[in-house]
Amino acid sequence: MIMKATTGKQPFALTRNRLLTIIALAAFAVLAIIANSFFDAFTLRVFNMCAIYIVLALSLNLLNGFTGLFSLGHAGFMAVGAYVCALLTMTPELKEMNYFLVPIVPWLRNITIPFLPAILIAGLASAFVGFLIGAPVLRLRDDYLAIATLGFGEIIRVLITNAQPITNGAQGLKGLPRYATTFSVWVAAGLVTLFMVLLMRSSYGRAMKAVRDDELAAEAMGINVFRVKVTSFTVSSFLAGVGGALLGHMITTIDPKMFTFMLTFNILLIVVLGGIGSISGSVISAIVVTILMEALRFLDEPMNLIFFKTEGLPGLRMVVFSILLMVMVIYRQRGLMGNKEFSWDMLQGLFVKKGRKGGDHV
Amino acid sequence: MTLSLLFQHIVNALSLGSLYALIAIGYTMVYGILRLINFAHGDVFMLGAYVAFYGITLVSLPWWAALLVSIAFTALFGIGLERVAYKPLRDSPRISIMISAIGASFLLESLAVLIFGGRPKGVPVPDVLSKVIHFGSVSMITISLIIPLFTFALLGVLVWIVNKTKTGMAMRAVSTDIEAARLMAVDVNKVVSFTFGIGSLLAAFGGIMWSFKYPQLNPLMGMMPGLKCFIAAVIGGIGSIGGAVMGGFLLGIIEIMIVAFLPTLSGYRDAFAFILLIVVLLVKPTGLLGKRQAEKV
Repeated sequence: MIMKATTGKQPFALTRNRLLTIIALAAFAVLAIIANSFFDAFTLRVFNMCAIYIVLALSLNLLNGFTGLFSLGHAGFMAVGAYVCALLTMTPELKEMNYFLVPIVPWLRNITIPFLPAILIAGLASAFVGFLIGAPVLRLRDDYLAIATLGFGEIIRVLITNAQPITNGAQGLKGLPRYATTFSVWVAAGLVTLFMVLLMRSSYGRAMKAVRDDELAAEAMGINVFRVKVTSFTVSSFLAGVGGALLGHMITTIDPKMFTFMLTFNILLIVVLGGIGSISGSVISAIVVTILMEALRFLDEPMNLIFFKTEGLPGLRMVVFSILLMVMVIYRQRGLMGNKEFSWDMLQGLFVKKGRKGGDHV
Repeated sequence: MTLSLLFQHIVNALSLGSLYALIAIGYTMVYGILRLINFAHGDVFMLGAYVAFYGITLVSLPWWAALLVSIAFTALFGIGLERVAYKPLRDSPRISIMISAIGASFLLESLAVLIFGGRPKGVPVPDVLSKVIHFGSVSMITISLIIPLFTFALLGVLVWIVNKTKTGMAMRAVSTDIEAARLMAVDVNKVVSFTFGIGSLLAAFGGIMWSFKYPQLNPLMGMMPGLKCFIAAVIGGIGSIGGAVMGGFLLGIIEIMIVAFLPTLSGYRDAFAFILLIVVLLVKPTGLLGKRQAEKV
């Protein structure tokens, strides 16, 4: 409280940094509009995928980075979100077409609601599952927690595969309405980023960081550690559910195989590369990794190097990414941003420092 | 269910349990010493199977020679893996080393896709191992009998090494207290390498036997068994070799028996291990045979 009073000088003054932020946001909005109207379908898809990965990376970072809970079951929550949202938005005719092996349960057949409430319900469903799982599992620590969450992620996937009258089993759902437009995904990414920034400034966020840094000390300071953990887990599941729903409506096809540990690994990669415990790190890294993932696709395809031709090396791309992750963990454990946040001052500092270094040589 | 069918299921369960136990030992030994979940262990298992496969098909070695070569190669590979991926991080936070392990696992998997190809490969099972033998009305494949026999032999050797030799004593010392062991002039690096070597050796043996029993290879074949065996190690009490063996057999038996007696649930086969894990963790977080560790403040 006291901190706020001293630092909160004129909250709406138009300082240089704030101006820069507004300019940057406006520039981005223009970019998004240009992208939406001029990019070809593939590029636009990559562009929008960045937004979805921002949501997902932030949701994992909330757990791994800010609360210090190493969870590996993220794909499961995304699956819950994706399926709930898909089932709520698909029209009865579309469901009829998809469920040709086993008919859909009657109470789901005729539900069709708009995207916005559907995605919120999807997030809530995912949060509910997260709460149910978190309450018992969060008593475990470190590695045990990682394995237990990984286990739950797999269990969710197996349940989805087997609950054929509800989820259509291994066939998955096809032809979901393409609701994840440029506008909706970037608004979602923006809102989630804003939410994370505000959360980390609030007392809840500080409590989470305290739990991460020293559980015992946090408890001694009167923080209800268990409740903080469950809250963080639930909120993270909510965000993962929203991200999963967006992903489903972007790709327009979902099936249980999509939500394996591989997906969790991709998001973990983004979080680690960006810096565990940095919001801006996750955002930057989500964009960079998503673009790289697509840009490096050429590695899997036949290459014509001057001296020899390779005939398509499927898998090379993932080799590159795994090596990248390991090199990052071994040589630069803190990732791109460490646990710092991006600010204009930092950017300026970067250039000024460089200038000074140049001066030293003279 | 007839008695002979029941026997067949029991033999199957024992051989699956043996394979799980072999792999689980690798997890439990590494965890006991470094407090690290070696996520790449399942992929070491896969590597062992592939090397033996290429030994048989490309170099046309006899199967037992391919087995020995593959085991030796995989053991060295395991030692190398530790040097490259885990040793630089030994003093880092647990999360970093776990991420490195996950990275190593994915690296091995994608390298396997790259080098061995993503398409599944059929394994030529040697005739000796695929022969069907009959005991009265019970008929079974030799491999299902050989697996438990070899497993028990290997376990005997392992128990002897850990309890009776000097290296084994060093291993126990390092797993109790790494710093104190170092002060007592135990070469920690050597012990860790030795541990990884033994773990990988057992995993390679398990992988090769697995590929003879379920004769198909693919680069991701180590993923599920790897996870399940880690679970077996946790259920038994991680850090304890006896616990890993017990967990492995428990898991193998439960899995086969549930599929045998409740075939409607067989779609959930892969989920049983996880459910069992969560139940055990919640009831007795240190596993069935695990010692309770005092929490250091």
